[in-house]
Amino acid sequence: MNSFSYERATALEQAVRAGSAVGAKFLAGGTNLVDLMKYGVEKPTTLVDINHLELAQVTTNPDGSTRIGAMVRNSDLADHTLIKPRYPLLSQALLSGASPQLRNMATTGGNLLQRTRCYYFSDVSFSACNKRTPGSGCAAIQGYNRIHAILGQTDKGPKSGESCIATHPSDMCVAMAALGASVEVEGPKGKRTIAFSEFHRLPGSTPWVETALRPGELIVAVTLPPARFSRNAYYLKARDRNSYAFALISVAAGLEIASGKIASAGLALGGVALKPWRVTEAETALQGKAPTPEGFRQAAEILLHGAHGYEHNSFKIELAKQSVVRALTLASRGTTEGGEA
Amino acid sequence: MTDPSLNEPEPKEFEQEERELEKHGLHFELNRRTFMQTAGAFSAAMAFGLPETASAKAPAAAMVRTVTLSVNGSPRPLSLDSRTSLLDALREHLDLTGSKKGCDHGQCGACTVLVNGRRVNSCLTLAFAAEGAEITTIEGLAKTADPKDIGELHPMQAAFLEHDGYQCGYCTPGQICSAVAAVEEYKRGALSIVSLHTGKVDHPEMTDDEIRERMSGNICRCGAYPNIVAAVRTVARGESA
Repeated sequence: MNSFSYERATALEQAVRAGSAVGAKFLAGGTNLVDLMKYGVEKPTTLVDINHLELAQVTTNPDGSTRIGAMVRNSDLADHTLIKPRYPLLSQALLSGASPQLRNMATTGGNLLQRTRCYYFSDVSFSACNKRTPGSGCAAIQGYNRIHAILGQTDKGPKSGESCIATHPSDMCVAMAALGASVEVEGPKGKRTIAFSEFHRLPGSTPWVETALRPGELIVAVTLPPARFSRNAYYLKARDRNSYAFALISVAAGLEIASGKIASAGLALGGVALKPWRVTEAETALQGKAPTPEGFRQAAEILLHGAHGYEHNSFKIELAKQSVVRALTLASRGTTEGGEA
Repeated sequence: MTDPSLNEPEPKEFEQEERELEKHGLHFELNRRTFMQTAGAFSAAMAFGLPETASAKAPAAAMVRTVTLSVNGSPRPLSLDSRTSLLDALREHLDLTGSKKGCDHGQCGACTVLVNGRRVNSCLTLAFAAEGAEITTIEGLAKTADPKDIGELHPMQAAFLEHDGYQCGYCTPGQICSAVAAVEEYKRGALSIVSLHTGKVDHPEMTDDEIRERMSGNICRCGAYPNIVAAVRTVARGESA
């Protein structure tokens, strides 16, 4: 691990100032950052510890939206009285991720900034990774790509400096995408709000640019719009073991049902792309219809349009479609009914 | 850096051990004391010669300063490098070797300790960041610190003994710390994904499925899981071990 200096921030302005320095990184839960520092992937020269900032509150705004402080821990958020009954989709997603120990450490802001779990990224003995070393290529394209992307990836061959088929590993973010959240950041040039769909970047031609954050900007909160899916929500996670594993496919499905018809829907996929995959046409296709398997399959087809698999992950395309149908079906049966049918 | 003298047994124990071994035809060319000293010097050289530390483009000066960790109720001032994990601070600097290093990447749970009463992976916690928090390790769970006094164990330790919740024992301190917190979480009504997906959102029962999910952050390579579940079940349901 590289040497680094450590600074504990006690005020937001101090954190933003220290975090703007070249080589500085914010330390929140550390579950991903410290891990990658041990692998020699992250090499900050200064760590700015933001654990003592007053950013750990969950509050309701007058318009019914909910503001989640960036330092609220995953475990506390999942069990929060303002979240659990109103945004069960988010609680389910949070409790599907990681382990109890990691959820006690990991924060809301940090979860947004999780790096990919692509093994060719975290193992520095592979020289080709455009995320780690821009321009070096992508070892995953011809490698063991079971956990890799099927949507939104850039594939110009393994040697191209633009290629990247990594996925974003978060569960929390998939639910937040389906809920239509927004991200509040504070930086050297002040405060701004970023729509959730704009926060994470697809690889495009610059796979090493992962978010819309500008240098020195610190996530201070995530805001959820007023709850629509409290009664009909389901987070489905398909993975290689029953617990404590990253998603092969995950689906966040929320439905607002009135008089037997879908008034609105929130739908996002995890494990398929470098960001939570949301296609608004798939949501609007469900509107005004009764919740039926045929309608759900149609939404799944829209969501997976243009999907492209690799040697080890082509199975994900059909798995994703069936997972969407299943998640929407379980969501339509009702959140408190229990889904294991 | 480990100070080899900390772990070294008394000279008398050494001699007795070596006599016993020789009686059975076993003879060490390099005795254990020499080995410990050599190993200590060797790993010290390795630590100072780490290529990444030396070759980084703009290395910050190694940051060493005094931090005071509050461990099992006592303040422990330590001079540490900023890179030291809480786990290494406990094991290598405080000689609290109950917490184990398994994967060192937050995947196995062997390093689980309680920080302000919450279970965390001490391998991913920086010691500097833990300053000011109350840290409880496996050594701090029992009422007495005497390892030979098993009459005053924490109920979870007693339950692991009663149900034989281990084989090699390496993961056990992490399992027990994790289980202590899991039962506390359950008692204050914290949910798991099993509770949510089965619709049991109001004080779910601690079923075996719940226990397995809530203990999923602790891996046991020996596969003592059925007995670990039995031990946790006993304590969660308030039955005496």
